[in-house]
Amino acid sequence: MKEKVISVHNLVKKFGSFTANDNLNFEVFRSEIFGFLGANGAGKTTTIRILSGLSKPTSGEVTVAGFDAYRQTEQIKKNIGYMCQKFSLYEDLTVKENITLYGGIYGMSKSLIKERTHELLEKLHFQEYENRLISDLPLGLRQKLAFSVAILHEPRIVFLDEPTGGVDPITRRQFWEMIYETAARGITVFVTTHYMDEAEYCDRISIMSEGKIVALDTPENLKKQYNAATVEEVFIKIARPILSPTTPEILPRISPGNFNPPTPHLGG
Amino acid sequence: MQKIIESSGITKNFGTTKALNDISFSVNESEVFGFIGPDGAGKTTLFRIITTLLLPDKGEIKVLGLDCTTDYKALRKNIGYMPGRFSLYQDLTVEENLNFYATVFGTTVKENYDLIADIYSHIEPFKKRAAGKLSGGMKQKLALSCALIHKPKLLVLDEPTTGVDAVSRMEFWDMLGKLRQHNITIIVSTPYMDEAMRCDKVALIQNGKILAIETPQKIRDGFSRKLFTVKSVEKYRLINTLRKYPGTLTAYPFGDSVHVTFINDSADKTLYDYLNKEGISDVVVHEAKAGIEDRFLELMEGKIK
Repeated sequence: MKEKVISVHNLVKKFGSFTANDNLNFEVFRSEIFGFLGANGAGKTTTIRILSGLSKPTSGEVTVAGFDAYRQTEQIKKNIGYMCQKFSLYEDLTVKENITLYGGIYGMSKSLIKERTHELLEKLHFQEYENRLISDLPLGLRQKLAFSVAILHEPRIVFLDEPTGGVDPITRRQFWEMIYETAARGITVFVTTHYMDEAEYCDRISIMSEGKIVALDTPENLKKQYNAATVEEVFIKIARPILSPTTPEILPRISPGNFNPPTPHLGG
Repeated sequence: MQKIIESSGITKNFGTTKALNDISFSVNESEVFGFIGPDGAGKTTLFRIITTLLLPDKGEIKVLGLDCTTDYKALRKNIGYMPGRFSLYQDLTVEENLNFYATVFGTTVKENYDLIADIYSHIEPFKKRAAGKLSGGMKQKLALSCALIHKPKLLVLDEPTTGVDAVSRMEFWDMLGKLRQHNITIIVSTPYMDEAMRCDKVALIQNGKILAIETPQKIRDGFSRKLFTVKSVEKYRLINTLRKYPGTLTAYPFGDSVHVTFINDSADKTLYDYLNKEGISDVVVHEAKAGIEDRFLELMEGKIK
């Protein structure tokens, strides 16, 4: 029996009269690479904020790493890692300082931080960059480091929000090999991307449209079901463009934080 | 045919960073010319030079027959520029932004409406809404409308589709296709290799250097090896096993398969035997036509070696 690490039943999230997440149901398992796809404005960010303990559901049952998304948000935060394209590391701190900072925030002991820093730098062949500012690193290296930092505390789940946007094609592939390795170690990888070829690398994918999950299966099964050669074709068939004038395309902006990445103290 | 852009030897440094290193290219009238490359390749710097917002350290560049460094005033009237970051006034409405841009360029929305009708009609129902409250796809359409409202001869689009979903990206390229009927030359940058196929000509750019300039078809034809796609259910194990196989030259994951080149340019029995021995028995191998991204990877590898 596969171990569930995320379980979502009838999740609804409303902002005023707008339903951003409309009765979502899904489960994600240990060691799984789960691709969370959807058009812009489909409601993905809202879901990720709930799954990472930053926002509470309006209704429905949600547990993450065994913790309740209404009452145990702090425990959730301790058991997940998070990285996104827009904000990942402090640019005016060095590589080592960033690692130490995140280790400290997650309550790791000094000796453990030291040990993991060493391992991490060695694995990424990053020793020469140890004392370099993040702002001096090329994007590709930064993103690899950000990912490593997001899993420094060995979380149960790591959320990657468009981790490879703008990254060169070689680094993008190296990044996915890191994802495979991480999943093989037992960490669940929950990933969003606009590169549809990357969706093919996932164990299962869900496609969201207008607040609902309209498809959820392995890439192979979805392609069969929709008679498509690629996930991109599936996506184009069902992730309807939300651009018709009659559709409210506006994401709610309850708080200014709504479009921003989760607060830095979350990690990675 | 008139050259819309002619540049030779453009170099630009920021401190010790070589942002652009000896860039030469030319763009013909009514062409859709794509600059394809990752973040940090130098695309934005180049576009800022083309739009007269930045001076090159070295090299010459003429746009619409005018010199970018001396004739910038005349030139700016004929360029429409959509920067990578959303640059409109967030607290003005959709309609106010469009009127503002028209006025700045001494024209009216009415005068050039036919040019933007296709694009603007999607957001017109929301014309009273503040630009800052639009979603990504709509902001993109508004920005494009504003860049077009003075009927420029050259449209410069810096990563218009970055962070945009696959459906909206496709739509955006359809809109660009329609603009060609209006005799507008378009240069566009993107990190998405698949979008290269929508351009007449593309320049692959990396670390401030142009790796290749060709039609997309010719770039694909430039791939120097026979390319094979290899599929198995166990993707990660397949990649690692293929890399260990002595006959493998390169192995990169591409969607649901691995793109592989072999030293002897063939997928022979030795390969099947090897994979079988390693416990991968379900492989399906096909010879395939290289895509833009395959060629980009090949060119990048050449740089590394």
